[in-house]
Amino acid sequence: MDAQTIIAKRIAQELRDHMLVNLGIGIPTLVANYVPEGISVFFQSENGLIGTGPIPEAGMEHPLLTDAGGRPVTALPGACTFDSSMSFGLIRGGHVDMTVLGGLQVDASGRLANWMIPGKMVPGMGGAMDLVTGAKRVIVAMQHTAKGKPKIIKKCTLPLTSVRPVDLVVSELAVIGFPDGHATLLETAPGVTVAQVTAATEAELAIPDKVPEMRL
Amino acid sequence: MSTLRGALAQNKHVRGPVGGKRDLSVMKTLSVKDAAALIPDGASLMIGGFMGVGTPDPLIDELVRQGKRNLTIIANDTAMPGRGIGKLITAELIAKTIASHIGLNPETQKQMIDGRMEVDLVPQGTLIERIRAAGCGLGGVLTPTGVGTVVEDGKQRIEVNGKSYLLETPLRADFALVHAFLADYSGNLSYALTGRNFNPVMAMAGDTVIVTAEHIVPVGVISPDHIVTPAPLVDYLVGHG
Repeated sequence: MDAQTIIAKRIAQELRDHMLVNLGIGIPTLVANYVPEGISVFFQSENGLIGTGPIPEAGMEHPLLTDAGGRPVTALPGACTFDSSMSFGLIRGGHVDMTVLGGLQVDASGRLANWMIPGKMVPGMGGAMDLVTGAKRVIVAMQHTAKGKPKIIKKCTLPLTSVRPVDLVVSELAVIGFPDGHATLLETAPGVTVAQVTAATEAELAIPDKVPEMRL
Repeated sequence: MSTLRGALAQNKHVRGPVGGKRDLSVMKTLSVKDAAALIPDGASLMIGGFMGVGTPDPLIDELVRQGKRNLTIIANDTAMPGRGIGKLITAELIAKTIASHIGLNPETQKQMIDGRMEVDLVPQGTLIERIRAAGCGLGGVLTPTGVGTVVEDGKQRIEVNGKSYLLETPLRADFALVHAFLADYSGNLSYALTGRNFNPVMAMAGDTVIVTAEHIVPVGVISPDHIVTPAPLVDYLVGHG
């Protein structure tokens, strides 16, 4: 299983029936492919849609029906559309149960940086700052390292997305949570040892006596 | 003010009885050429759309053709090269952009890094609320978004019931360029699917509101319950043909 699939499948296990969920661009989008059977989830696109469905078949695209990246999507029966003020009212107002976002860095206390690398890459924060500030639960989906360098570090060197700590980081190596404000190893990926995770992590990880393996 | 602008200003809100005694008002549509001619160099423009979806493309194409200079644009994003607002970027008509996301348009990032265009990045939820505040006559909004980040720089932090918020000020523009799905000939608007996005909020916050629509229909066709932007907000409707 490749890194992205491991991350997406594990995060999909966090979905609960009737949740309103916002998925960011990239790996987070893949989470929608693994919604557990028997539950129904509302996906929000922050460009103004609840009830976002799969990518349409070729020829079935509508130019006025897209996701937040501008790509064609479908709207499931019961979907609804609204303006950007409503969309971010839902986000900031605590009506979104869970958001899954990509990350550049997460620090030892769970603070996320994911919107710019000064002087190099300045895409802008888009909706990320509102999502991390307002969603009930924030999950970061990211590869554990970038070009061999840890992304879970002592203190973020990049500009923060929010001072509110995230709830969970899921990588291809581990699940890390932040109970009491400290990075804690909650699960390892199949075949990955605790030592492998700590070696790829700069932040000091609290390691419980027993660390279960992800069940994918 | 040019003669053309003066003439158009006189035509603004040309409303009168239609069909005998019925008290329905209509506005004359104008050509996209005349609509773009209303906009002077150096104007500030709010432009609806999200990654090019729900953007008033005919107006953008005409602004490029007429070569307007030194514009300030307020929009969610700068789309992609060759699409929507991206065409204004490529033509280098913009002096300043206020947006939440420029990541899908490398030309925007390049012009910003080269110092040829000023870019002010604003969280998306804050951007729309600043526009809404201007349109609704509010002195600003208090948002928790951005507290403790670089977004807070230079802003007032206000505590309310023990929680911290940033004071974000209203954002208005000389013109709002809005794209609707349906417009009727009195200027009532409705929107379709994800083409709505920033459009109805911007229609409240531009000094002059110019609208393009996928379809222009007779007054009465759009159900009152489905009208999102009421006619009195719309100054000019770009006709088809």
